Amino acid sequence: MTTIHTPGGPHKHPDEEARYQEAEPGLIAETSEGAQEMGPRSSTKTEELSKEFGAALRLPEGIELDPGDINIETSEDQTMIINMGPQHPSTHGVLRIMMELEGETVLRTKPVIGYLHTGMEKTAEGLTYLQGSTNVTRMDYLSPLHNELVFSLATEALLGLELPERATWIRMLMVELNRMSSHLMWMATNGMDLGSTSMMIYGFRDREMILSFFEKVTGLRMNHNYIRPGGVAADLPDGWEDDVLAIVENVPQRLKEYDQVLTGQPIFRARVDGVGVITQEQAIALSATGPVLRSTGVPWDLRKDIPYLAYDQVDFDVVVGSVGDTFDRYAVRFNEILESNRIVSQIIEKMPKGDYKVASKKVTPPPRKRIDESMEALIHHFKIYTEGYKVPEGEVYVAIESPRGELGCYLVSDGTARPYRMHIRGPSFVNLQSLPPMLHGGFIADAVAVISSVDPVMGEVDR
Amino acid sequence: MSDLDSTFVERDSYFQTVAGLKEDGYNLLSDLCAVDYLDHVDRALSEGVIRERFEVVVSLTSMSMKKRLRLRVPVPESDPEVDSLFPLYPGVEAMEREAYDLLGIRFKGHPDPTRILLPQDWEGHPLRKDYSVGRIPVQFKEVKRTR
Repeated sequence: MTTIHTPGGPHKHPDEEARYQEAEPGLIAETSEGAQEMGPRSSTKTEELSKEFGAALRLPEGIELDPGDINIETSEDQTMIINMGPQHPSTHGVLRIMMELEGETVLRTKPVIGYLHTGMEKTAEGLTYLQGSTNVTRMDYLSPLHNELVFSLATEALLGLELPERATWIRMLMVELNRMSSHLMWMATNGMDLGSTSMMIYGFRDREMILSFFEKVTGLRMNHNYIRPGGVAADLPDGWEDDVLAIVENVPQRLKEYDQVLTGQPIFRARVDGVGVITQEQAIALSATGPVLRSTGVPWDLRKDIPYLAYDQVDFDVVVGSVGDTFDRYAVRFNEILESNRIVSQIIEKMPKGDYKVASKKVTPPPRKRIDESMEALIHHFKIYTEGYKVPEGEVYVAIESPRGELGCYLVSDGTARPYRMHIRGPSFVNLQSLPPMLHGGFIADAVAVISSVDPVMGEVDR
Repeated sequence: MSDLDSTFVERDSYFQTVAGLKEDGYNLLSDLCAVDYLDHVDRALSEGVIRERFEVVVSLTSMSMKKRLRLRVPVPESDPEVDSLFPLYPGVEAMEREAYDLLGIRFKGHPDPTRILLPQDWEGHPLRKDYSVGRIPVQFKEVKRTR
């Protein structure tokens, strides 16, 4: 039963057209499985209403539901389903959230996603491993280096490569700086969402410092394609220590100011304190990771718990919250910038000397100088860039801690130069599921603060 | 970071196995995805494992033991359906919807088995290997075709 389905459109290859005509009707019928939107109460089953807060959230087993909490009797003319997004400025891109309101209180919530879906997992199957990092870097566009890192680590795990120490430490330096820039960007947009426009400008200003350094090292401000299977694209430029030191010295001072601008600000506190609470059990049951999970008090950080790179050789603390409200998620990110800052300053001291990419002839193209001298080197160079290198058969799942949570890459190789299947476990994608319990019972006006506190990056949600 | 143990589980005992693992401390479901092995139906697998076209791959994490575990469930082409893990891990909902959307694996007992990334009127499941990527023929004008 091998059938070909092409997306609609007039431009079909004649062979495919014919096969498409023969396609089994069952498969096509299967595809109309119903609406993605949140349905009205009348079309939602009573059992479902009674066991769920939102159209998307179901309570985990073992958690008792307060019967008074959900009124399944609520008649439809008392509630209203409204749409927020996908063009709402506070939804951080093209997130669409459907909310059922009773007065100003949110009852059910359902995130509707897919507006930015570009089929990157399918694209990856057509790219070589060398080209793969240019693809994944575009997923979470606020932390591109983490995406490259997880893909490279997965490829290296399949290849069985042992990286030179310097490559590992350069990677660590770059991803930690990236974590800082990502969190600073989050503070900026979060500030804007909550009415602190000055924070927005400050956040972007500080992120700019880090992006300028990235530009100096990688040549690009985002979508760097700097971390590649086998190491990094280039060594750090001369005098990188000074640039990084400037960042390391600057950021804590600036954060002290932001602490006053935000943490000590009564209006800001009134909007975040006790808003959008999620419990530990809910967060774990909903597979939430990153600051969303840590804000509930679970000290789960892959850098600490299942270390990768050289995180076991640097000293840092895992920041946790206590209540799991919007303020805790803010505080966790705020302090994570400082912890990353600590890691970066240790990296400056400990940066080892040596190669920045692996010396394996298989994955590393010959240096430019050799190409002028040797025909074989030229052929080798050409082969790597056209055919790519073959990766042994196997499958691997690698996960790292991105600024948003567990970023995983499941890679299947069939022994050719292109991945047979690449799956990215996007933390924003999974974390979005914690929105319905956070929003339930709160005011519609808090929705903006709560959505912002989950920090979804739609490029990664939709991939 | 390092690779985790990968175990094959039969479809019938899949739910029970995961339920048992949850009891044993694997409290976080990290990832669920599916793979279409259409081009490698005869791939080498350890003995006793049924080769099927699809595989559902589940990564479980134990926070207390700091360990990971990966389960691979062969799913036949004729009846691509497995039990939904939703009653155990509600967070699997979006991942199962994604696997349904992109690979057409159905999850029995899933509360909202609709498409998640693609529009609801989309035809087919793009990550299946027999789903061709759409292409637009480019005509180079004023160049005669030599072959």
